[in-house]
Amino acid sequence: MLKTIFSRVTQTIVVVFLLVTFVFFAVRAIPGNPFASEKALAPEEQAALERQYGLDKPISIQYFNYWKNILTEGDFGYSLAMKGRKVSTIISESFPVSLKLGVLSLILGMGLGIPLGILAALFHNRWQDYAAMVIAMAGICIVAFVLGPIFQLSIARPLSVLNVAGWSRPADIILPSVTLCFGVAAYLARLTRGGMLDVLSQDYIRTARAKGVPTLQIITKHALRPALMPAVTFLGPAFAGIITGSFVVENIFLVPGMGKHFVLGITSNDYNLVLGLVLFYGILMGIANLLSDLALIFMDPKLRNP
Amino acid sequence: MFRNAIITILTCLTFVSCERRSDVQIANEENILIVGNSGEPKGLDPHLVSGVLESNIIRALFEGLCVEDPDKDSSSLPGVAKTWTANEDSTEWIFELNPEAKWSDGVPVTANDFVFSYRRLLSPDPDWPAEYAEMLYFLKNGEAYHRSHFGNILCGNDPDFPVKWKILKESNFKGDPKLKLSNFVGKTFSDLDERDLKKFASYLSEGQQVDLTQLSATKVEIEKLTEVEKRIFFNSKGIDNLNKSDLKLLKQNTSILNWSDQVPEEVRQLVLDRIIKHHEAGKPNLWDKAEVGVTALDDFTLKINLRGPIPFLPEITKHYTWYPVPKHVILKHGKINTAYQSPWTRVENIVSNGAFKLKTWRTNHFLEIERNNYYWDRDNVHLNGVRYLPIKNYYTETRMFGDEQLHLTYTVPSELIPMAKEKYPAQLRQEPYVGVRFLRVNNRKEPLNDPKVRRAFALSIDQKSICEEILQGGQTPASGIVPPFGNYKPPGVIHFDPEKAKILLAESGYESTSSFPEISLLTTNSDSGLREAEALQAMWQKHLGIKVRIMQREWTTYLQKQYDADYDICVAGWIGDYLDPTTFLEMWITDGGNNNTGWGSNEFEDLLNKAENTTDVATRMEILSQAEQTILNDTPVLPIYWYTTNYLIRPEVKGWNPLLLNNHPFKSVKIEK
Amino acid sequence: MAMTSLAQNIKGEALATEKGTSLWADAYIRLKKNKLAMLGGVVVILILILCFIIAPILAASGMNANEQDLTNRFAGVGEKGVLGTDQLGRDLFMRVLEGGQISLLVAIMATCMTVTIGVIYGGIAGYIGGTLGNTMMRIVDGLLAMPFLIIVILFREIITPYIDTLAKFLIDDWGWNDNTVLRFANLIPLTIAIAGFGWLSMGRIVRSAAASLSKQEFVEAARSLGISHRRILFRHILPNMLGPVIIYATLTIPSFILYEATLSYIGLGIEPPNSSWGKLIQEGANYLETNLTVLAVPAIMFSLTLFAFNFLGDGLRDALDPKASKD
Repeated sequence: MLKTIFSRVTQTIVVVFLLVTFVFFAVRAIPGNPFASEKALAPEEQAALERQYGLDKPISIQYFNYWKNILTEGDFGYSLAMKGRKVSTIISESFPVSLKLGVLSLILGMGLGIPLGILAALFHNRWQDYAAMVIAMAGICIVAFVLGPIFQLSIARPLSVLNVAGWSRPADIILPSVTLCFGVAAYLARLTRGGMLDVLSQDYIRTARAKGVPTLQIITKHALRPALMPAVTFLGPAFAGIITGSFVVENIFLVPGMGKHFVLGITSNDYNLVLGLVLFYGILMGIANLLSDLALIFMDPKLRNP
Repeated sequence: MFRNAIITILTCLTFVSCERRSDVQIANEENILIVGNSGEPKGLDPHLVSGVLESNIIRALFEGLCVEDPDKDSSSLPGVAKTWTANEDSTEWIFELNPEAKWSDGVPVTANDFVFSYRRLLSPDPDWPAEYAEMLYFLKNGEAYHRSHFGNILCGNDPDFPVKWKILKESNFKGDPKLKLSNFVGKTFSDLDERDLKKFASYLSEGQQVDLTQLSATKVEIEKLTEVEKRIFFNSKGIDNLNKSDLKLLKQNTSILNWSDQVPEEVRQLVLDRIIKHHEAGKPNLWDKAEVGVTALDDFTLKINLRGPIPFLPEITKHYTWYPVPKHVILKHGKINTAYQSPWTRVENIVSNGAFKLKTWRTNHFLEIERNNYYWDRDNVHLNGVRYLPIKNYYTETRMFGDEQLHLTYTVPSELIPMAKEKYPAQLRQEPYVGVRFLRVNNRKEPLNDPKVRRAFALSIDQKSICEEILQGGQTPASGIVPPFGNYKPPGVIHFDPEKAKILLAESGYESTSSFPEISLLTTNSDSGLREAEALQAMWQKHLGIKVRIMQREWTTYLQKQYDADYDICVAGWIGDYLDPTTFLEMWITDGGNNNTGWGSNEFEDLLNKAENTTDVATRMEILSQAEQTILNDTPVLPIYWYTTNYLIRPEVKGWNPLLLNNHPFKSVKIEK
Repeated sequence: MAMTSLAQNIKGEALATEKGTSLWADAYIRLKKNKLAMLGGVVVILILILCFIIAPILAASGMNANEQDLTNRFAGVGEKGVLGTDQLGRDLFMRVLEGGQISLLVAIMATCMTVTIGVIYGGIAGYIGGTLGNTMMRIVDGLLAMPFLIIVILFREIITPYIDTLAKFLIDDWGWNDNTVLRFANLIPLTIAIAGFGWLSMGRIVRSAAASLSKQEFVEAARSLGISHRRILFRHILPNMLGPVIIYATLTIPSFILYEATLSYIGLGIEPPNSSWGKLIQEGANYLETNLTVLAVPAIMFSLTLFAFNFLGDGLRDALDPKASKD
């Protein structure tokens, strides 16, 4: 267990370092000017802004300074587009929102995807299988930017308790997370179905069946745990992905989450914001993977004492 | 974690079942107005923002000398100023301030706050990134101070100086505006076209050439330059922009720069000495010497001197660049011109003098303002607050309006206008707005450097179809750059005429479309921008047979490409800052910051200058109309349509009337239950 | 994130494809049992025929997807054209077919690139193993966590000028039809951008498959016989990974169609006036309240295709999974 944690941590450090390095140079190669605005900037003003954010220095020094500021002062710098706001503040403001949204849609996704997957596997190649997979797949085949507006018009409008968009009432989380959960559900259903089919063909299950153990008991007692392993591996990265990658849903439902910052940061050349977010994402990904690993160890006794 | 989440969901559901009133109903009870504001504000410092959405918030937080009349465009009501008077030619104004006017922390607003504020916005410090400082160039010497025109400040403003500024200013202080050497980076002299050669003509004798690589280098080594090259270098920069060592070189031989003939050598030496001394002293701040036209006669009397007669000054003071900023708060959190690092605009620090003060500000979530109890006219403020929602997705915004989540939308997307007309006929407003949609054309690039080609492109835009079929928002085809308002008569030259367009194109020599070089149309990546670009593309293809490629770019890239003149044709819009044609015309001066087309005309600039010194309103408008005519004759830009505002407003909101600038004063808005 | 998940699933199956001949016939029989997968396959073929055979024929007969008629916007089904017109009075049916060409071409070409790069990189990393192989995979991990958007914008900026030069050359010097060339030229940057990101997951899958294969007895045997590494890699390891790679590729196509749609939403899609399904749907969604056809037509085609590819892919995986066959 300690070994798993240790190797995940070192792996995360390496990945985050590589990631920040790639992104550092990549965002600067994207054309555009972080300080451009409706009113033209005089060259002196442009120069002054670049000086202020240290962008006038050679790129290698900028890179060095970036790490230096993080490691010595924990300073991720200021956003270039939303001037006067610290990257760390922006992240700490939007992360809780994304976390809530992510956790809820993951739970909904599991609640929908796993049962559908199990159902599909049990009735392999029969109509129940097909129906379950069609339902599961519907979420990804109808893209979020169509699903969102449809929900707004057909669910939120008629129901007075649900708002079309916004983030002011507790119930505002429902529609965005339902929209997001379909993507998760589709993959989970697929993975669970595959895992279940795998397990159901194992000899010990056949033995149990032959002995006349009821199907429900076979599933809950014997098959479920190993069948869910692939799904659990998926949950880690899915969690990190859903937290940072929900731009479309955030845009439609007016959710003040992190996805928006990711996209707008990149398209508006906000170097510091993008780097801060990517670094955060890398770490999040590491943690999520670690949780997945731990969950696997917990589920599979064989992995506990290698 | 799971258990917690389940508990969260359950609590959510309980909450859900309790609250059945809509957001608007709750807000009506609290007397709060909820408005869509199209995006997250970049900041709240009135000196450091330039967008419409920021101005919507700043207008409620701060107040200038005069305020908008909620019913009429052209009249101004007392704001911080109680009364104002102008001298005969409207160049000197006295504003008597209201002693009751207070900041939201109870400190009185004084004339010194205004002086401080204007000094701050005009700060010449290169670290001060104010984009909108030009709005204060109306002040006498405002531009000289902001742009560090040392000659003007150090010699011109000195009454004891042997030669008067009127004569002295004919010398080359500011640099030759046409000869910007940075435009020639990477070019050799033999490459230059006729237009560029003309710029050099006055410095060169027939057939003479210069080394452009040397001249356009970032660090010019003056010793290596020939005599002629030195002449070009010094004249392109001008005295004000030379550094200490350049000035010393010039002192040895003043004749390499163009001076007014009436300036004798000893005066030239005197001028240079003064400026060199200023450089040697480490360029101390020149505010006191610059004599910028703003003075606090006492705590509550403000005198403003203008660069020329401006009868509509009260209207200009309604613009947020003319608002005061709290001296005592800004200096507490930094220096006068500490820009973005200053925390003074944060919720816990900000102090404002308008009808409202900042209450909450959450990124991408909402921004809320509440009543300012120290506001002088608080008894006439009806709302308890305003909540701005940064809704970037206008489709969502309209849907939210339908779900009673908003009192007022920022806009209605053109796709939804037919639906709004049908479903919300009483709530939909379509009002004229002083703004113009047009295409910038890169006048430096072939074949668009030919006015006939440009005109052909302009005449083959079927403006009416765009307005009526695609936009449906009541926009009107633009026959020129300045939208119609007040007593300005637009020359009105551009009308859809495909036949004439074809003839013009044939005359230009580009008759056969296959020989026509590839042209691209730069636009943003918004859906409305795309639809418009596709329509334009099809029109040019149909009427001229020219294939234009659409290039969609992200907002900042789109802007940067315009500044770098890295485009052929580009979609753009311009919204007036105040109700005068100059707000649309002044941007077209040669190398103006927002010109970006490479176009320039002496005739046009002369007309603008003439208008500036004309007091009679009718004559002035006549001259400005001529000025617009000179632009349109050359067609450096292709007008498409004049803007309207389309928005949805709830019936209980009162005091929100059509205004051409769309700057509605929140103080007079009322929610009637 | 979609792909990493599949990696786990396919990992174990790599071992299954040891002996070729009977396996494929076997698999086909099993595939036939899965009706949904067969249906998916048929739909895929139909859509391919519609977009790549019927659409060009119609275009050649004079139906134009980009011709506007502003007086005839939103014509209903049958009023003008087969399925009416869109917001600028263009033939919706042709736009959907040509949009499908673009979407499918981007997805299929990007998948081909993904497979090529992924198999080579992953195969090498898996076969070599050790520190070098691990480093190669850490680089992939790092890149995988990089925002997709950055890669896309970067690729577009770097590649577009070259493609434009190439297109100009083809039009001017070779006299190719400029409309066609420009239409396809500007999907290349997009394709490369998508593949530039997509190959990472493929690389991971192939690596784990190659790593387990290289520990197999027959590889050991080949090694002890002194056969060169290159030969082992290309003759023994790569062919044995064909199964999972094909399955994975089938599942990659729909996810790439989705990527393209998401990019269109952000405004990074193909150059207008040409369109793709993603762009058509995204624009159509703006008319949700006012005109449903412009949304419904591309959305139905798009969803149908995604369903079909996904079911076909899943079916193939089931069919090639020997454990499932014992059921």
